[in-house]
This record gives sequence, C-alpha cells and structure tokens, in this order.
Amino acid sequence: MTFSTKRAGSLAAIAVAVALVATGCAASDGGDGGSGGGDGGNLAITFLPKNLGNPYFDTSSKGGKAAVDEFGGTFAEVGPTEAAPDAQVSFINTLTQQGVGGIVVSANDPEAICDALNEARDTGIKVVTFDSDTNADCRDLFINQATAEGIAKVQVDTIAEQIGGAGEIAILSATANATNQNAWIELMKEYLASDYPDIQLVDVVYGDDDDQTSFDKTAALLQTHPNLKGIISPTTVGIAAAARYLSTSEFKGKVALTGLGTPNQMRDFVEDGTVTAFALWNPEDLGYLAAFAAKALIEGEITGEEGDTFEAGKLGSYTVGEGGAVLLGDPYVFDADNIGDFDF
Amino acid sequence: MTADIQHAPVTRSYRDYAHPLWRRLLFTREAAIIALLVIVYVVAALTVRNFAAPITITYLLLDVATILLIALPMTLVIITGEIDLSVASVVGLSSVTLGTLHQAGLPIEAAGLVAILVGALAGAINGFFITVVGLPSLAVTIGTLALFRGLAVGLLGTTAVTDFTEFWTDLAKSKIPGTPIPSVMIVFVVLAIAFAVLLHFTPFGRGVYAIGLSSEAARFSGVRVERTKFILFVLSGTVAALAGVYYTLRFGSARGDNATGLELSVIAAVLLGGVSIFGGRGNIPGVIAGVLLIGIIGSALRLANVTSDVINIITGALLVASVVSTSVLAWVHRKRIGAGIKKGPPAPAQD
Repeated sequence: MTFSTKRAGSLAAIAVAVALVATGCAASDGGDGGSGGGDGGNLAITFLPKNLGNPYFDTSSKGGKAAVDEFGGTFAEVGPTEAAPDAQVSFINTLTQQGVGGIVVSANDPEAICDALNEARDTGIKVVTFDSDTNADCRDLFINQATAEGIAKVQVDTIAEQIGGAGEIAILSATANATNQNAWIELMKEYLASDYPDIQLVDVVYGDDDDQTSFDKTAALLQTHPNLKGIISPTTVGIAAAARYLSTSEFKGKVALTGLGTPNQMRDFVEDGTVTAFALWNPEDLGYLAAFAAKALIEGEITGEEGDTFEAGKLGSYTVGEGGAVLLGDPYVFDADNIGDFDF
Repeated sequence: MTADIQHAPVTRSYRDYAHPLWRRLLFTREAAIIALLVIVYVVAALTVRNFAAPITITYLLLDVATILLIALPMTLVIITGEIDLSVASVVGLSSVTLGTLHQAGLPIEAAGLVAILVGALAGAINGFFITVVGLPSLAVTIGTLALFRGLAVGLLGTTAVTDFTEFWTDLAKSKIPGTPIPSVMIVFVVLAIAFAVLLHFTPFGRGVYAIGLSSEAARFSGVRVERTKFILFVLSGTVAALAGVYYTLRFGSARGDNATGLELSVIAAVLLGGVSIFGGRGNIPGVIAGVLLIGIIGSALRLANVTSDVINIITGALLVASVVSTSVLAWVHRKRIGAGIKKGPPAPAQD
C-alpha cells in the first residue's frame, strides 16, 4: 500500500492546490477590484442574507445591487446555504479580513452574530441590518420593512375598498398568542372604529399557521357568517389557505380576501380573480434602501444617530428614527397589474 | 485464514511489515492527509489575499472547535464500525438545558455541569439501545437525532436565552494571551491527548480496533464488545454536550436549533481523516488533520469569494475522492500482493 498511497496522496494534494490557486486567483482579481479604490470611502458593500437560494432574499439583493451600481460601488453577495443561527459568523469574519466597506445583513439570530459584527465594526466596517434585526448595539442602522400601524392600516384600507366601505368582515389569524398578529389585530380594530364605522368585525379565528387548519377555519367562517363580505388574513400561510378554499367554493368573487402574502403564493389566486389585492413590503426596495444607508454611513454623511437624514436614490429622502431604525415606508400592495414584476 | 496459519507457521511473512518503521509511518493515509493539509495551507497563504494574517488562525480554530471536539469520540465510535448521528442534537439539547437552567437562576457552572450530564445520559440511551437491545447504531441514532432535537426545540420553542454571565461568554471567545490561538484549544488539546492515549496506548483502544475488524473475533479474544461500545456512546454524548456548552457560550445564545446538521460535518471530517467507515482503521492525528483540512479549504475559498455552494461541492468531492481512493488503493494493494506471492493466501485488506 505504501507507494501507491503516497502517489495518490500527492496527486490529490496537487489537484486541490491547483484548484485553489485557480479559484483563488480568479476570484480575488474580480472580487477585490473595487475595494481599495474610491476617494469618498470604501464602497465595497456585501449583502449577507439569511441564506442563499431564497427567492425573498434574491429579490432584496437585486435591489441592493441596483443601488450599488447606481452609486458606483462594488456589490457582492455571500451567505450560508442554510439559515442556521451561527452560519453567518464565518462569513462576517471573512468580510472583516477582506476589509469591505459595509455589510448589509439579515440576521438569523439576534445574538449569535453580534460579536462577529462588532469585531467587523471595530475595524471600521459599517453594518446595516435589514428584514431581521440584531441587538441594537451590534449594528449601525436597521432598515425596518414596515411598522405595525402601517401593516394594520393597509389591510383595513384594502378590504374596505373591496367591500365598498360597509358590511361584515372577519379575521383569520395565525396562533391565538402570536405577538405580531395580535398587535396588528388590535390596531386594525382601532382603525376600523375610527375610520370605517360601517364595517363590523364579527369574528377572529385562528388557523395556527397550519395550511389545513386555516383551510378548515375559512370554511367554518363562511358557514357561520352567511353575510360575510370580506376576510383579512394577516399571515402568509392563512391567506394562501383561505384563497385556496375560496377559489373552489361558491363564494369565489363574492367574499373579498386580503392580508399579508407573497406574490408567488398568491399569483394563481390573483389571476383567477379570487383575490384582488394583498399587501407585504417590497423586498427589492428594502435592499435598495439598505445599500444606500450603507453608502451614507461609509461616506460619513450620517452616523446612525436619530434624526440623521440621507438620500436613497429613487426612493427619496429618509430619516433615522428611534433606536437607529429607518422605516422603508408603507407596505406595498400587490395586485393583478404589478404581481408579474415579482418573483419571491 | 486459521487453516493457513496452521499449515504454514514458519514461512508466513507479512509483506506489509517488510518495510522499515519510518517508511511505514511516513507513507500512510494519515501522513498523506497531513501533507495535503500543509500544502493547502501554504498554497492558500501564498495565493489568497488576507489568508496569511494571524487572525485567520483564530477564526479558523473558532470555526472548527466544536467539530474538533466531537470528532474525537466519533473517531472511536466509527473505528468500532458503529456511528453516532445524534451528536448535533445533543449539542442542541445541552445548549437548551444550559439556557433554561441559567434562566431559572442556576449559575453557569452548575447549569453547564447538568447539561454535560444530560449529554452523558443521552449517550447512555443510545448505548442502551445499541448494546443491550442490540439494534443497529444507524437506526438508533437517527431516531435519537430527531428525539433529542425535538426535546431541545420543545423546551425553548422559538425563543432564545441570551443573558449569560459575561465572564463565561468572554472566556469562550478569548485567546491564549500573546497568541492568535483561542483558549478553547487548551480544552481540545487535553481531550485530544486523552483520546489518543485511550485509543492508541491502552488495551481498551486495542479492543476498539479489534471490534471494528471483527466483532466476533474480538469477542472470542476476550474483548468486552458491548461494554466497550456502551462506554464509547456515553463518551460521545458527554463530549457533544461539552461542545454544546462551549457553543452556547461562544455565541451567547441558547437555541433549540443550535448546530443543526453538524453531525454530517463531523462524520465527513472523520472519514476524510482516514477512518474507515467499515471500522477497524484510523487514528486521532489523521482525524484532527481532516477537520483542519476542511476548515482551511472553507476559510480560503470564502476569502477568495467562492460561493458556499461551490465550497460544498469541493469539500464533498474531496470526501468522495478520499473514500473512493481507499477502496481503489486496497484493490491495487491486493493485486500487487497477489502478483508477489503466487500461491500465498489473500492478504488482509489494509485500507
């Protein structure tokens, strides 16, 4: 065994070494090209989503790349294949070593990547979180996709428009103790009382964010309330299940449905007329804004203090709010006219 | 085999041992992996920007510390021809145990100790089903992989415990003063020496190899097969739980889904390090080199801006190549022996 093992071993060693040289040279030529240059700061901005191959983050990175190209920086995207809590740490460490200008990250865990981000910031790298925040002391800015008020308002406005501002509606939520959903439902009730006195919220049911349960609850809801004119489902699982029920039932087109959903889930139901419009934020704009925020930090235009103002290209001017958060704006309404532009 | 030995007690010669000791030590699979490790490191240091910096060593060792720890008992388990797929779930379970107990007011020292005991218990459960009930370890540990992970996630739900005493989280991240080497490596080196001595210099260790080569033969030679395996699974659970405590403190976050999928990284590194999946072959230095090799390749490729998919493909291909090469070399070896001794018995497979 001795001689052949040695020969095979050295062959393998050479093969790996060659592969490493080839990829190493090719990649460092292309990837690091812009990191050294630039007078107004190092505009090498790297996006680090929760995981790669996720359509939602592909869309946000697309927006980020458009922004970075617009202001002449260097865009890169790295990330783990799985959204494990610690998986982003080694990528952050790598970016620290490479000395990029800014990291735009959606955190898999608010705590686990904190130290790595702070080490990066100690070397002068600016850190912007988007979509999913870390603890506030581990980043410079958080780009918040939507506020609870905005989410509640857009759903009520959408359903009111579809049912003509009067009649019975119901809510199909996630679990009974889901923090986000309950906060939104409270705000929806307040907003309904103040702005739409002719709409009655007759029932709130819980589909537990389970497809089949949500499906069954929708059926029960329609049996119990024969005069129901609309359903709001502030959860992506619920709205898809409710749409699936409605699309094959006699209520299709008669009972309006809206809520929070993703275009890929809802495309068929929008096309067949079950759903007219639903809401979510636009991840492309989210990435675009995050990239501009990173640029403003890198160039020293802002420091992340409350009240700082910066320009974000086509999206206009933004002000840093409480706790270093920047709000993207009102949720985005998807309908038959624009759903074709999105793939996530 | 036995018949041959009876017929030819005098003329029997072992071609494998015909070479001097230094050749036998130098031209082994483990030596090849260690050589590959050195070559890859040097090439990466010369060609990949920022790789040569000392901070690379810190990040690299922090990255692979958990895998290094768990790989030690896993080496022994795989040498006996068994496997433990539940280690990453034990990491999660110990992480959650530490988190919930600390949240309930227990100091980290006590909570960590309980977490390690929970790991030992988890290992004992595996060991019980494998050695007493007599089920295959693959089936048992696939079951406990789901069971322990389910318990971990069930205990904490989607929440995380993050308020650990700063002294301990700082210690978990600290470096040995004056070096780029993380302090956790001290724990690792102590354990590595302990496991290397246990495997290579004790009757228990010889028994581990004997079981892997032939469980029956080992039993007839007086090796207590069940007892040995049971001890190994308890060790595996204990060390995985220790790794879980370290993991939790290092990231400052106790979550039920911590270290999901880590078992595959551990097993891949152990196999790359020259341990035979069929049992009976491998050693601790080779495994350490295997873990470091995967770590260095990942680190260098990430620095070279290679995407994680491509890194997975490269490490996967390397692993397949290393496993295939063992079988091919064994076949070549048999051919050569066969040609050398025309009428001799088939030589025992070395790889």
